[in-house]
Formats: sequence, C-alpha cells, structure tokens
Amino acid sequence: MAENQAPRRAGLFDIRFIIGALIGLYGLIILITGFFTSDAQVQKSDGLNINIWAGIGMLVVGVGFVAWAQLRPIVVPAEPVHHDADRPPAH
Amino acid sequence: MVLAADAQLRLDANWVDYLIVALYFAFVIGIGVMAKRSVSTSIDFFLSGRSLPAWVTGLAFISANLGAVEIMGMSANGAQFGIPTVHYFWVGAVPAMLFLGVVMMPFYYGSKVRSVPEFMRKRFGTGAHLVNAISFAVAQLLIAGINLFLLAKIVNILLGWNLYISLVVAAVIVLSYITLGGLSAAIYNEVLQFFVIVAALLPLTLVGLHKVGGYGGLKDKIMAAGNGDAQLNSWPGTNLTAIDNPVLSVIGIVFGLGFVLSFGYWTTNFVEVQRAMASSSISAAQRSPIIGAFPKMFVPFIVIFPGMIAAVVASEVAQAKSSGDKTFDYNNSLLYLIRDLLPNGMLGIAIAGLLASFMAGMAANISAFNTVFSYDLWQTYLVKDRNDEYYLRIGRFATVAATVVALGTALIARNYQNIMDYLQTLFGFFNAPLFATFILGMFWKRMTPTAGWAGLVSGTLAAVLVGVISTDVLGGASIGLIGLTGQGASFVAAGAAFVVDMLVSVVVTMVTSPKPESELRGLVYSLTPRADFHDENEGALAWYQQPTKLAGVGFVLVVILNIVFW
Repeated sequence: MAENQAPRRAGLFDIRFIIGALIGLYGLIILITGFFTSDAQVQKSDGLNINIWAGIGMLVVGVGFVAWAQLRPIVVPAEPVHHDADRPPAH
Repeated sequence: MVLAADAQLRLDANWVDYLIVALYFAFVIGIGVMAKRSVSTSIDFFLSGRSLPAWVTGLAFISANLGAVEIMGMSANGAQFGIPTVHYFWVGAVPAMLFLGVVMMPFYYGSKVRSVPEFMRKRFGTGAHLVNAISFAVAQLLIAGINLFLLAKIVNILLGWNLYISLVVAAVIVLSYITLGGLSAAIYNEVLQFFVIVAALLPLTLVGLHKVGGYGGLKDKIMAAGNGDAQLNSWPGTNLTAIDNPVLSVIGIVFGLGFVLSFGYWTTNFVEVQRAMASSSISAAQRSPIIGAFPKMFVPFIVIFPGMIAAVVASEVAQAKSSGDKTFDYNNSLLYLIRDLLPNGMLGIAIAGLLASFMAGMAANISAFNTVFSYDLWQTYLVKDRNDEYYLRIGRFATVAATVVALGTALIARNYQNIMDYLQTLFGFFNAPLFATFILGMFWKRMTPTAGWAGLVSGTLAAVLVGVISTDVLGGASIGLIGLTGQGASFVAAGAAFVVDMLVSVVVTMVTSPKPESELRGLVYSLTPRADFHDENEGALAWYQQPTKLAGVGFVLVVILNIVFW
C-alpha cells in the first residue's frame, strides 16, 4: 500500500507519450517508405516525395511530444487509502 | 449509384498501408487495456482525466465532433460550394463554443446537473425530460447510423467487400472498440484521433495545393471552371443556402445556421457539454470549449480545401460539377483526392485517419445513447432503485442493441445524396427547439413545466412541417409546397422550430402555473446567487487562463478570418 500513497507519474499512460509514440512511429514508417517510393508514385503526388516530408514532420512532432512528456511529467496526486472500500471484501 | 462509383475508388493499399492501419488499432486497444489496468490499480481514470492540462480537454471537446460526418460532409460541401462552407466553422461553431464557455458553462457547472436531460427534469419536470431524453436517444441512433455507413463505405472501398458485409463487419469493429476501450478511454482516443486526422489531412492538403499551384492557382482553376465568384467568397453564400436573394441568404446563415442550429448544437449537446463538465473547476470547465474553438477555426483549411482541390483535380468530381450532375455523390470527393494524390505510406495514414474519425464518431453517439438510455430513461422511469451493477448491465445491453439499430439507420443514410443535409435536418428537429426552451427557461423564472414540454413538441413539429412542405429536405416525404431546397431549407426549418417553440412556451406559460421559486435556484439566472457562478481563484490566473479574455482573443481571430475570406 505504501507506494500507492506516494505521488506517482502517469508514465506510459500519459496522453502525450501515446500521441508521441504513434505519430513518431508513423513518421518513421513513412520516412523509410519514402526512400523506396517509386518514381511513378512520386509523380502521383506532383513530384513531391510527400512520404519523406510528412515522415520528417511527424517524426519531429512525435519526438516533441515524448520529450514534453519526459520533461514535464504529469503527477497524479496521492489518494487517500479508502479506495479499497469500493472493492468486494476479501474471500 | 454508390456502388458504381466505388469500383473507380478502389485504393491501391499495400502492406505498409495495412501496417499503419493495424498500428492504429493496436494503439486504440492498448489504450483500452491500459485504462482498465489503471482503474484496477485504483487511479480513478476520470480523476486523472481532471488533472490533465486544459489543451487535452479542449481537443477532446472538438474531437468528439470531428467525426466522419464533419470530414466527409464538409469536404463534400467544399467541393460543391467552395469557400462558403467555412460558415459551418466560423459562423456555425466558433461563436457558439465561445458563448458556451463564457455564458452557459457557469450555469451547467453551478447548477450541478450531470446531463442536459437532467437539467430539463430539474427545471421542468417529467414531461420535458421525457421528450428531451427520447428525442436525444433517437437522434444519437440515427447519427450513429450515418457514421456506421461511412465507416462501412471505407471498408468497402479499401477491401472491395460487399457494402452489406462491410456494414456488419464495421459494426462489430466499433462494438469491440467500445467494449474494449470502455467509456473511460474515450477522451484519450478522441485526442489521439485528432492528431491522426491532422497527420492524414495536412499532407494531403499540402500536396493538393502544390499540385494546383498554391492558393492562387486553386482560385484560377476554380474561376476557369465557372461560377467562381460564389465559390470563392464566403458571403452571401447563396449557393450554399440555395436561397437566391443575397439578403435572405445572409439572414439564413446568421440566424438559421449561426444562431439556432449552432447554438442549439454546441450549447445543449450532451456529448459535448459533458466533456467540459468533468473539469476540476468552474474556470477550467469554461476553458475547454474556448480552447477547443482555436483548433476548430483552422479545421476548415484541412477539410474544405481538399474538397475544393478535389473539385478541380479529381476528374470525376470536376466532371460532375461542370455538367451539374445531380446524382453525383460529393461525399466521395475526399476519397478521389486521396486516390489521385497519395502514394503508399501516406495512403495508409489517410485510411487510418478516416477510420479513426468514423469509429470515434460512432462510439461517441453510442455511448451517449447508452448513458441517456440507462440513467435518464430506464432508471428514472422503468426500473428504479436497483444496484449500480444492474444499470451497468443494462448499459451494456443498450450498447449492443444500439449497434444493431444503427445498422438499420445506416441503410437510411445510404439513400441520402448529401449526408450534411440529412444531419442538419436532424439538428433542426431536435436541437433548435431544445435551445429555445433552454434559454427561455434559464432566463425567465415564470416559465411553467407544461410550457417546457409543449414548446419542445411544437417546435419539433414545426421543423418537421417545414421539412414536409419543402422541395427535397425529407426526400420522398417532401411535397414541394414551397421552393426551398438543401441547406437553406434546413436553416428555415431550424428557425421555424425556434420561433414556434418560443411562442408556444410564452402562450402556455400564461395559462398554467409555474414551479415555486424555491425549487429553481441554480436553474434560473435571476434566482441564482452570483457566487454560485464564480471561480474564487480566477483572479490568480494568467490572462490566457481567464475564460472571458481567452474567448475575446478567439472572437477577434474568427472575425479576422471571416474578413479575409469575405
């Protein structure tokens, strides 16, 4: 119980971490895809290799969110112990 | 007609695209699992939700609204009508969101109600509550059907599956998404969804603009396609309203869309309002819609612009537009653009973004239905005084039942050419009278319980009547007595509902007896002490944290945007 009373970080469940992870992964995937995008595909988007540009953009945003979550973590306030009262009695 | 177009719309998705979509599902399910675990280690999710920064609740606030209907419907309007579509944002949303934050939110928060139907019950008693709860539940089911239909269409296009099979599969996907994610994961998914949608639409818009040669090039091409003036200037928007007289068109937009429809939607929609009501303080509750208004202002640039670009770049859309083909389904405009412009990779992001918005939209409808059904209807009227577990079980049952019903309403939605028309019609029928009853009841203490339900019913009937005598608002049910079509007729229907509701409420109040004043504290403005509405810490906040000043900045910004695109 003791560690439950200390203030704790939201950690992986921090929404900024989740956003950063997903957008960052997306950026990485399409950036790599961008290096292998065929000329025909690049012509589709008007000669602009959008996979590379959007990939870089998303990677930056993703890393930014993760860094933000690391630098300014959310601290969930310590709760009083009474929360166990909500649970059914022990068997 | 839908099926014929779909073959041309097949997107050449490859394994990278599927990987990206799968990754999104993994995250959605992961959030559900993590939310469950957090609750079991007794960090109450909603409590930690309250400790989230205001930008999160603000984004969740608009994300609940940034569903499929908005993205597909607004890009369709952009393709068909051009710039005037911005009215749905800069006239039809932002002012109402600011108003909600500054004027209405203290009311909701101060009166300690948990839902809009609950306010109705406290203020007017059973009659108005029943009318409100039932019409809200029905509206949510219908809108869930639209979202489900659009989701099925994407699956249909992507995988080439039969539309009916896609409908069932999509329903099962959403059902498992709701059950896995649960209500507690809703806010997280909504915020995540917002970023995926931006990641999908922003590059699409940029590629599109690159292709047409920037905004200048887009304007030239639209001018060359004909009827450019109406397409490129937001006012008077006669093409959008289908009201030929420019003055009446502006009145239709400002009063019908800007006032009745939009205030009705944003200030009384329980899904939206409840996001803000869960905040930790009165000023935080006020801030969420105001913060949400800022990104909302810029959504048109990544939703309407792709539609406009599709209308000059995608051959099918351009052809339909120049030939005036009335059977063309503009809701596909965005899909044509995605097909034509995005290479594999970005294509996957675009598909993930679309799926995200469809799922979140439908999930929000179903869970809102769920809450109102279990608590406002079942618990209040049918089976009272049972334990919490019982009502949770009813809620789960309602979720499954609602999904099945949504399947049926999806088939209704399929028969409508422009989904926005259909939706605006619904708003006119349900939200406009609600807003009228709401503000009258909030500011006029004499208004009686009988007037509450009588006003709602007559207002809704007035909207239905306008729908029936118009040319095409209700499809085959419209008899064409007056020459009103499309969005303009919806604005008129909403206006009629509002005015009739007000008149009937006033007349009925004159002949019936009001509630005693002692029961109306916190529900009526003049009977509520100012202290109930005030956050004592407000003085200590920085200027950008004070709702009124922040709303002022937002208002100035939206006025500037309106002038720039005049």
